Amino acid sequence: MYPAAFEYHAPATVKDALKLLGKLDDAKLLAGGHSLVPMMKLRLAQPKNIIDLRKVSGLTGIKEEKGVITVGAMVTHWEVESSKVLKAKAPVVSETAAVIGDPAVRNKGTMGGSLAHADPAADMPATAIALGFEFVCEGAKGKRTVKVDDWFKGLMATALKDDELLTQIRIPVWPAGSGAAYLKFPHPASRFAVVGVGAAVTIDKNGTCTRASVGVTGAGTKAVRAKGVEAALTGQALDAATIEAAAQKAAEGVDVQADLQGSVEYKSHLCRVFARRALEAALKRARG
Amino acid sequence: MKLPVKLTINGQTHSHEVEPRLLLVHYIRETVGLTGTHVGCDTSQCGACTILMNGQAVKACTLFAVQADGAKITTIEGLAKNGELHPIQQGFWEKHGLQCGFCTPGMILAAHQMLERYPNPSEEQIRHQLEGNLCRCTGYHNIVKAIQWAAEQMAAAKK
Amino acid sequence: MATATAERFLGKSIKRREDPRFITGRGTYVDDVKLPGTTYAVFVRSPHARARIKTIDTAAAAKHPGVVAIFTGKDMTGVNSLPCGWLLPELKIPPHPPLASETASYVGDPVAVVIAETHDAAQDAADKVQVSWEVLPAVSATDRAIAAGTPQIHEVAPSNTAFTWQIGDAAAVETAFRGATVVKKRIVNQRLVANPMEPRACLARYDAATGDLTLWVTSQNPHVHRLLMAAFVLGIPEHKVRVIAPDVGGGFGSKIFLYNEETICSWATRKINRPVRWTSTRREAFQTDAHGRDHVTEAEMGFDGQGKIVGLRVQTIANLGAYLSTFAPAVPTYLYATLLNGVYEMPAIHAAVTGVFTNTVPVDAYRGAGRPEAAYLLERMIEAGAAALKMDVTEIRRKNFIPKFDNGYQTKVALNYDSGNYSAAFDKLLGMLDYRKFRADQDAARKQGRLVGIGFSTYIEACSIAPSKVVGSLGAQAGLYESAKVRVHPTGGVTVYTGSHSHGQGHETTFSQLAADELGIPMEQIEIVHGDTGAIPFGMGTYGSRSASVGGTALLMSLNKIKEKGKKIAAHLLEASPGDIEYVNGQFQVKGFPGKAVPFGQVALTAYVPHNYPEGLEPGLEETSFYDPSNFCFPFGAHACVVEVDRDTGHVTILRYLAVDDVGNVMNPMIVDGMVHGGIAQGVGQALWEGAVYDGGQLVTGSMMDYALPKADMLPMYETDRTVTPTPVNPLGVKGAGETGTIAATPAVVNAVVDALAPLGIDHIETMPLNAERVWTAMRNAKR
Repeated sequence: MYPAAFEYHAPATVKDALKLLGKLDDAKLLAGGHSLVPMMKLRLAQPKNIIDLRKVSGLTGIKEEKGVITVGAMVTHWEVESSKVLKAKAPVVSETAAVIGDPAVRNKGTMGGSLAHADPAADMPATAIALGFEFVCEGAKGKRTVKVDDWFKGLMATALKDDELLTQIRIPVWPAGSGAAYLKFPHPASRFAVVGVGAAVTIDKNGTCTRASVGVTGAGTKAVRAKGVEAALTGQALDAATIEAAAQKAAEGVDVQADLQGSVEYKSHLCRVFARRALEAALKRARG
Repeated sequence: MKLPVKLTINGQTHSHEVEPRLLLVHYIRETVGLTGTHVGCDTSQCGACTILMNGQAVKACTLFAVQADGAKITTIEGLAKNGELHPIQQGFWEKHGLQCGFCTPGMILAAHQMLERYPNPSEEQIRHQLEGNLCRCTGYHNIVKAIQWAAEQMAAAKK
Repeated sequence: MATATAERFLGKSIKRREDPRFITGRGTYVDDVKLPGTTYAVFVRSPHARARIKTIDTAAAAKHPGVVAIFTGKDMTGVNSLPCGWLLPELKIPPHPPLASETASYVGDPVAVVIAETHDAAQDAADKVQVSWEVLPAVSATDRAIAAGTPQIHEVAPSNTAFTWQIGDAAAVETAFRGATVVKKRIVNQRLVANPMEPRACLARYDAATGDLTLWVTSQNPHVHRLLMAAFVLGIPEHKVRVIAPDVGGGFGSKIFLYNEETICSWATRKINRPVRWTSTRREAFQTDAHGRDHVTEAEMGFDGQGKIVGLRVQTIANLGAYLSTFAPAVPTYLYATLLNGVYEMPAIHAAVTGVFTNTVPVDAYRGAGRPEAAYLLERMIEAGAAALKMDVTEIRRKNFIPKFDNGYQTKVALNYDSGNYSAAFDKLLGMLDYRKFRADQDAARKQGRLVGIGFSTYIEACSIAPSKVVGSLGAQAGLYESAKVRVHPTGGVTVYTGSHSHGQGHETTFSQLAADELGIPMEQIEIVHGDTGAIPFGMGTYGSRSASVGGTALLMSLNKIKEKGKKIAAHLLEASPGDIEYVNGQFQVKGFPGKAVPFGQVALTAYVPHNYPEGLEPGLEETSFYDPSNFCFPFGAHACVVEVDRDTGHVTILRYLAVDDVGNVMNPMIVDGMVHGGIAQGVGQALWEGAVYDGGQLVTGSMMDYALPKADMLPMYETDRTVTPTPVNPLGVKGAGETGTIAATPAVVNAVVDALAPLGIDHIETMPLNAERVWTAMRNAKR
């Protein structure tokens, strides 16, 4: 399959990119292209204009400053997977990146592109919810930061406005006594998450959970926070029974979609199973 | 509107005017005429089009040629040096890592990156790193063996 | 000049001679062939499962820049229906025009072709072709095709029935079942998509000066393609058509058949006088490559009190898709039901098969073709029988195996097996496995709540289908022999022209091994040519595991003829009688006098420079043979799979896979092992992941994102071994190795999953693939 014709633009600065975005009719931003290009090849997407961000300066690099790790929107999944900073301070992010697509896809696909595309079966959204990512968006009128709970709006829809560019992702470093994990049930063919759960917990010296944060991806039209699970954990002494009980609430609030990958019942069940497994893994890490 | 691209493939510089919608894999196959890079699917699953772009394995079917402007590319045709097979190519031959040969160029280049990142991979690691490459003939057994063989040869050569 | 060698190659794991070009990217697949002036074809296809074509408006498309021509079915006057190459009594054959002009019968059915200067232009213009459809009610489900109230797809086929066919003795089964323990199961053998990694492609070039048509096409049997297309569809004389199947990237059956696209491109190149190319996208491949399997079966197997099988009754509905693909009727009949005797003594068998039309992609042979469906049924039923009788699955097999035989065993369903030693292969497998230890380990695992299981498969297959006279009486419209021509050049080099076609099988290596051994010359001195009707006398091609046994034997016959003629020439040179000449290690010598000899090369040269030459003998050294075997060959073996089921998710992990195959004599163990590995992977794929799923007439598993082909991390290393029971059918003693893995693996895996779930009271899962959700659902619905 070959894409329909389009005009190609490769601006060098955020400012120029925003200008093009404001000016051009039916324009799509191209980051790594590993979501957009396949859709264009099947002619399911036929944008008139493509704005390639590869030359735009300031969208790369992973840095830690004041308890926050900043990831440029054009940082690739492989860079996230192999980042020393992330592996040390937020290993779950690297681990999540390591199960996206396949190695060649991870070499080109970007964290920003993927989180802005917001595929309902993408992996990183669950971890983004669990750790509490923030999204720096730049528009003609300036910058704004969006919290993860305000980011995913629906099927492939985010808080990013049509005239904005996602420039940076901010990942908070969790304090000592914390642990996080992302586990998924991959589709055997596409390797997207049929269900994926990202979980982060902080425990105090007595083993009591002071904070729990759980994101669920794959099952519904968008990634969501499993609030019921979090509430059932916070303030509790964490053990297998508590986790098992809390995980039962993992599908609450998820608009589970039946499709070839599973019935509503099965996917809801997987939400509970993977919530339990992710929480167990997170707790193990929190205990050190 | 056509746009100019200039890139280096297997050490040779190529300059062309291309339509923006031209996929890199078709640029390589049709415009440059290097047909060792194959197209096996249209959803970025099969990996038959895997090439090295600036040292990284990428799927040439999921990039526009204009995105590769200025890049250094290695295709399967450029892997053997001075008529001498790369150890991975040799490994696929020694261990019968191919049958119909269609997935082979992509497999070899995926393995090339794998061994750069993980010079001494476990069987599990090899299988996981081949997640983006499909083979319908071999059942992967001998592909795993071929990559293990190459890893050993490459490690021995470094000593 | 030729050199002689005493080295022997057959039976050795010789590295493949074809590999250097593939590992350096220098293979030549159809899409790699470039011709000046080439145009590109893009097809307009039906988006509906069944719809009447009201109008096709090509006006806007025709104006698109770069468009050379647009054709619809109405333009293709004088072109016949795509033929069916295997006829059954009272078979209903609906018309199958290359471009549908009245009604499209499946999603993907082509209705127009746009030909343009570039692929992009053709695609852009194709998007502008306006088809006005009247959507008609459709059916896709196999077991609904003949149900009352289902729309009739073709005028010629009431109740959507293409044929009803039966074999065996219904009354004998009825009698046998009296007083027996009869196990009854519904078995759904799901629809599969072959998915060779190289999509189908063709390039057709008409030379107006000579009137010659050349077609490069992804074919497993270029002569068959030429015959069907030239003689039956387009009406072009065969001698004006050359079909070339160069390097072909896998077939697995799907590249046997004559398809719409190459027919249309071959027709169109004559219309526009320029080369026409078409290369399938993967999406098109899912929509148009013939699919495989798709049976719904009610099976009953009766046992006596000791666990001996007393009879088998089978009723199968086989989905043939929207039209009859080239060999479709043979697959669920002669390639399926005749295998239902398996490796077991079976006093009575009856099988009835109904072939049905649906609004789906046509179904035809996919690796194994009928034989996997038979083996799956038998192996599932015998393990279900063991469960019902509370017998061990190895014990019940041993009780029922046909005892060792060397030359003939008459089954109850027509076939006469060549040679077999089924318990030997099984014993070897159990030894590799350490079966008793496995059961002890399994008990321990079960006590920990783990679901670990083992499944077996003791299978038989029929390959190198023959002889032509017999298959002709069964409905085949072609012979099933093979040809080989051996040309010895004046300087002693040898070119072999084989009618077999290699698309991964490594014939350039194995046939060279055979020729080198017979002629006593190095392999490097031998060239193997295949896949070109312009070079090869004739050929039936490669499918049904027939190349080594049929193609190899044809080659052996020609090599023997070469040696016989060579002896006459040598005898003349040595002033001896031809009867006193023997051929040893590359030289013709007087028996017992190695010193009195002439080398192969000198004989070759003499044949072409016949100055000192036997009276009355024709110059030249070139021989052609056609080999038509006297019977099928019957490889067999025993496979075992060990799995663990994740109680939480239903996910199945393969812990071990073991295989003992008996394919007769082995020409190249490395190549045979490789084919076994790949076959196993495809069989496992069917058991656990693969499946073509239709919803509302749409193929919803229509891409590699949805249809789960096995990946490297889903499969284990395979533990393989073999027993060797040569076939008496051919002089090489080889049976065939291309399909054994696929036939054996599916039941082994499914049986293993069922065994893992046995503690939950599960003895069967009706439908494959056993993907995680299906296994989880079975667990949840289990009684215990």
